[in-house]
Formats: sequence, C-alpha cells, structure tokens
Amino acid sequence: MLKRFIPLLIFIGLVAFLAIGLSLDPKKVPSPLINKPAPALNLPQLFNESELVTNSDMLGEVWLLNVWASWCAACRAEHQVLNAFSNNHHVPLIGLNYKDSRANAKQWLSDLGNPYQKIAFDMDGIAGINWGVYGVPETFVIDQQGVIRYKQIGPLNDEILEKTIIPLINKLQKAAS
Amino acid sequence: MTPDIGQLALIFALLMAVYQAILPMVSSFKGFQAGIATARYLASGQFIFLCISFACLTYAFLTDDFSVKYVASTSNLSLPVLYKISGVWGAHEGSLLLWALILSLWTVAVCLFSRDLPAVYLARVISVMGFISVGFLIFLLALSNPFEKLPFTPADGRSLNPLLQDPGLAIHPPMLYMGYVGFCVAFAFAISALISGKIDALWVRWVRPWTNIAWCFLTIGITLGSWWAYYELGWGGWWFWDPVENASLLPWLVGTALIHSLAVTEKRGAFKSWTVLLAISSFSLSLLGTFLVRSGVLTSVHAFATDPSRGLYILCFLIIVVGTSFLLYAWRSPSLKSESGFHFISRETGLLVNNIFLVTIAACVLLGTLYPLILDALDAGKISVGPPYFNAVIVPIALGMFAVMAIGFSLRWKNDSFSRIFKRIRILLVFALIAGLVLPSLWLSSYNVYSSIGLTLASLIALVAVTTIYQQKKSYSQISGSVWGASIAHIGMAITIAGISITAVYSHEKDIRLSYGENYEMAGYSFKLIDVTQHAEKNYQASTGLVEVFQKGQLIAQMKPEKRVYDIQNNPMTEAAIDAGFFRDLFVALGEPLGASSWSLRIYHKPFIRWIWLGALLMALGAAIAVADRRYRKTAART
Repeated sequence: MLKRFIPLLIFIGLVAFLAIGLSLDPKKVPSPLINKPAPALNLPQLFNESELVTNSDMLGEVWLLNVWASWCAACRAEHQVLNAFSNNHHVPLIGLNYKDSRANAKQWLSDLGNPYQKIAFDMDGIAGINWGVYGVPETFVIDQQGVIRYKQIGPLNDEILEKTIIPLINKLQKAAS
Repeated sequence: MTPDIGQLALIFALLMAVYQAILPMVSSFKGFQAGIATARYLASGQFIFLCISFACLTYAFLTDDFSVKYVASTSNLSLPVLYKISGVWGAHEGSLLLWALILSLWTVAVCLFSRDLPAVYLARVISVMGFISVGFLIFLLALSNPFEKLPFTPADGRSLNPLLQDPGLAIHPPMLYMGYVGFCVAFAFAISALISGKIDALWVRWVRPWTNIAWCFLTIGITLGSWWAYYELGWGGWWFWDPVENASLLPWLVGTALIHSLAVTEKRGAFKSWTVLLAISSFSLSLLGTFLVRSGVLTSVHAFATDPSRGLYILCFLIIVVGTSFLLYAWRSPSLKSESGFHFISRETGLLVNNIFLVTIAACVLLGTLYPLILDALDAGKISVGPPYFNAVIVPIALGMFAVMAIGFSLRWKNDSFSRIFKRIRILLVFALIAGLVLPSLWLSSYNVYSSIGLTLASLIALVAVTTIYQQKKSYSQISGSVWGASIAHIGMAITIAGISITAVYSHEKDIRLSYGENYEMAGYSFKLIDVTQHAEKNYQASTGLVEVFQKGQLIAQMKPEKRVYDIQNNPMTEAAIDAGFFRDLFVALGEPLGASSWSLRIYHKPFIRWIWLGALLMALGAAIAVADRRYRKTAART
C-alpha cells in the first residue's frame, strides 16, 4: 500500500533539491582563469588615448581589475563601493571600460567620481573575451606575479570586500614580504 | 491616484479570495447552505476587484505614470501603444497580476457554466481555486507589488525589453497562462473528488471540457512561443530545450496524458486514481514552472529578474499546495475503485501505454531540466544540459509513442484482436510506408532513418485518423464532437511530426560573408546581397539589408533582414527576414558589418517548418471541437 505514497515521496525529493537550489546561484561558474596568469590587456587608456595599459605596469603589486560600463545598471550601484574602497586602500584599482563609448564613460566618471588609477578602454570587448567576461560588472584580484587569484561576478558590496577581497589582498601581500 | 485604487482593489480581491477559500469549504462539511451559496458571489467579487486592479495598471501604462516603479521599469514615453498594453504583463509583477486575473476568470467561468453541478461540489471546487488565488495574491501584495511607488517620479521609463516588443509575444503570455491556470480547474475537481471519495461518469463529463480548453490554450501558447523564438530570436530554431520552454512543455505532456486518461475513466470507469493523479500533477507542474521561471534557480534566456525571497515564497506555496494534494491522494485514493477490467488487446491498453509514454517523456524532460540544479545541489559540479541530451533521450521514446498512437486510435474498447487491427490498418500501412520510405528517397537530397520512421508514423497516424471519420458510416453532422476533435487533433499531431521529421534533418544553414552585389548558392536558391541602409524609427535605429533570392534564375523574393539598436536599453536586436511558404521557409538574418560594403549574414533553408505550428494549431482546434460534443450539453440539460 506504499504505492499511493510514491507521488508524495517523489515530490518531497524534488522539493529538497529545489530548496538547496534556491541558495545556489546557477550563474556562478568557476572561472578557468583562477590561478592562471592574467591575459594581456594592452589597451589604450580611456583618458589618455595614446598611452597603453599593460599588465607589466602592475607587476610586483597586488591589484584589482574592475570591468564596468556606463550602460550597466549594476555598475552604478557598485560604484560607490569602489569609491570608498579606493579612498581607504592603497591597492591599484584598474578599470576595464567594456563595450562603451568614450564620451559616455567620461561623463559617467565625472558624475559619479573616478576610483580608478588607470582605465583601459575596450570598445570591441576583445580583452573582455580573453578575460572571460560575461556579466558586467566583474572584478579580478591579481597577485604580484600577475596570476589571477579571485574573480567576482556581479557587483561588489561591502560584505564581499570585507570578508573576501581585503583578507585575500592582505594574505597575498604578506606572502610576498 | 489610480495606482492607489488598483492597490486597494487588489487588497479587496485578496479578502474575497480568503473568504472564498474558507467559507464554502467549511460550509460544505457543516451542511450550511447559505455558506455554500456564497461561493459564486465571492468568486465574482474577486473577479471584479481584480479587473479593476488590472485596469488601473493598464491605465498607468497608457498614461505613462512613471511614479509607479513597475511602469517606470517596463514602459517608456516612446513605446508604441500596443506594447504599452502588452507591457502590463511584460515583466514579473504585471504578469503575475495577469495570472491572478486569469485564475479568477476561470473560477467565474466554472460558476457560470456549472450551474447544474451539485452545490456542495461546486462550493468545494471554487474553494480550492480560491485557495490557489490567495497564494498568488499574497505573493503579489507582499513580494511583487506592481503598484509600488517610486520615491521620485522619473522623467522617462526604462522601456520594455526589446525582445518583447513583438505582436506575437504580446499574446503569448496570456495564452500560456490561460493554459497553465486552466489546469487549476481539473486540479480543483480532482481535489473535490478526493474529498468526496467518489468519481463517476458525470464527474468526468464535468472535467473533460475544462481540461480540453486549458490544453487548447496551452497548445496555442506554446506554439506562439515557438514561432516567436523562430522569427524573433534570429536563431532559426523552433525549440531550444530552454528550461522555461520545458517548464511549459511539462504540464502540456501530463495534460495530454490526462485528456486520454479521462477518456478511459468516462467510457470504462477505469484508471480513476491515475486520472486524479494526472490532474493534480499537471497543475503542480504549472506551479513548478512558475517557480523555475521566477526563482532564478536555473539559467535561461527567459528568466525574470530574480529575487531569492520570491523563490522561497513560491517554494513554500508549492509545498503547501502540492504536498497537501499528494497527501490527500495517498489517504483517499484507495476509495476510488475502478469498475471494469479489460483485455490485453483493447483501447484501454493502448491509452495506458500512451500515458506511460507521455509521463516517461515528461519525466525525462523534468530530469534534464533539473539535472544542473541537482548536480549543483549535490556539489557535484556545474553542468548544463542541452539539446543533445533531450534529442537523444526524447526522440526514441517519442517514436515509440507515435507507433502506439497510430495503432491505438484504431483499437476498440474492452476487447479487440490483432487480426482485426491488422485488417484495419494493413492497406494504410502500405501507403504510410510509401510515404515514409519511398517518397523521401525520390524528393529529398539524402536518406535518414529517423526522418523516414517519423514520416511513416506520421502518415499512419493521419491515415488512421482520417479513416476513422470515414468508418463512422454516419453523415458528418451526426459524428460526435469527440470523434471529430480526436481525429483532427491526431491529424494535427501527424502534421507536426512530419514537419519535425523533415525540418530537423533536411534544413540547411550557413554563416556567410557577402559584399554588395555578391551572391551565394544554397539548396537550389541563390541569395544576393544588394545593400544595407541605415534609418531611424520611433524608438530604435535600424540597419536594413536587401537580399534578393533567385531560384532557377527567377527572382522569387526580396528579403529585408534588420538589425535594430533600441534607444533606451541599447541592446542590438536581430529581426530576421523570412520568406514563408507551405513547403519551405527561407530565413536571412543580418550579422555584423565587415568593412564598408560587406556584411556577415546567416541564411537558412527550412523545409516544412510551418507544418510544426500548423499541426499544433490543428491539435488545439481538435481539443476545442471536442468540447462542443453534444453529450456535455446533454449532461447539463439532464441534471
């Protein structure tokens, strides 16, 4: 007579998986680039068109690469977090302006403030492809040897910074010294 | 002001729904007649308030009331009026309001057309539907309020997703929801049957028309979705096994099984508890679909903006509704005894096998859809399940089902014999084999086993259905609506199968680079790119190509594929040009500019693709015709 309980049991099993599934994010795919050397940037700067941004500029330092665009709504929310971060921490924060126009990007920064030391301008999204960018904003942590240590998909917030990124930066800096 | 009225009406609708869920149900047990009688008034009241609420939201869209957050995020000053209206259900909150309105519409329809149903029974059915409504209205008010105000009024809105700015998609969601929610009626009847512990032929005659109508709408909704994906997404495919598409296919498959199982329950008094189980399952799968689409547990091109608290709410609601139903089923189903046995070779067996096939396919689709989630939940890695899985698993099962479908339709109730069946179909089988094996080798460029089997079975299904009408030996007007409906639906299925069998195997597609004036040959057609011009429209900028198509030197079509960039959201959109025909579609999509005077283009030749949707519409028509069967009206007259 267990037969009539079968639908209920199947359903309970299904619900268990759905409940676990709720706490997971299907969009979070681990990046294959973690612990691999960062792909080359070699892009013109946003403000200074004749100058390039290259990875070797930052060699020997722990640095962050933040992918953003003026058309990206989530970037707007993230921007205040980045402004605060760059005021309080002296880690190079490099921007990668992704599939944007120079005018829009500059306007955006003059409205909201510029937390970046340098900004690479990637109109065609070529560097974006090499870095595996698929959701803007994204943030990478790169160590002194130019190896990607962490990738954040979606906007940064204070919690992620405090709990993950800043401890990671401290750890990487200590390991070197 | 108007949004406030809409909000208030929504609250009143919720109050009505709460009473509707409790009062008639409790009264039906206490024998409290006045309470039982309130069911239809409460249902009507709820409907009126939801209409007011929906009208207020529509008004807010038409008058560009951007103080309402939902309007500001889905509409825009420059949006054409049609899309301001369809924008009402263009995102999560409004589509949920539409869902609640349609549920209420179904409830009122049940009240209107079931006047002769015993009052106690009607009260319980309406109560169950009221309960579902309460769940959705609380969800609306607490977590998805379409009338939520913004602290400031923006000058302009963010606009509707350009993908949704399309007439086909304007009516796709209402159709789909009519189908999804329509299964709630069969569900409510099933719950009432479990409560009373009794299912008779009369019960089935009440349920069958409702199930058919719901199924009819769902079929149209899925067809529109498929057609839209074909011409709007610019990928040239008609089904992508996307989780959200699968979510609509699941209730359809189980609903199809339900329609067939109901036939057995009506004619032979058998499969009773199975029928009830299918009725519960098809609506449960509709709810599951809602959960999958709106919770963000799966990635999909269709997924709504997600919010974990919404997912949690729907999951809890799912547990309450489906869990309670299955518990009730486990407790009460032993009281539903089948009245008759049947022999191995009989229509009952045919329909049983059909049900097993349909449910197996549904289980495979469900497994494929949830597999990424299950693996992720078990921390066994991130994967995605795509068309290769579904095609490999579903196609063989479906072919088996089609074989049974052809033979099963010619089987007699209770007892039949192989020799009679063989006599009945042997000539048809010869014709089918000619159509499936011989014709393709004459017509088509190459030979493919699956396509050939598909065509043979499609022909056999169609021939059996046509001859069934002929064998009735009655004048056409005397043949019952059920027989007409079933035959037409089966012919529709055959047409769809034939379309799939040819399109899936014999389509050509090519990504090419063409300079102005250059041409490319494919499948006997020559595609010549004349030029690409730029122009501005009301709410987008467009690049329009002109491609001339020649067949045997004759100009047969001028095609204008377009690439649009919408002003507000800045998304590029592909508007493919399609030269449609009964036997083939030509499809040209504009890619990227490659230098000053050449472009990348994607071109397709899709033989018989229209048949897929044409067949599906025939299926829907068949279901609608079956509803018109006289015996459903006779029941109404007699009781």
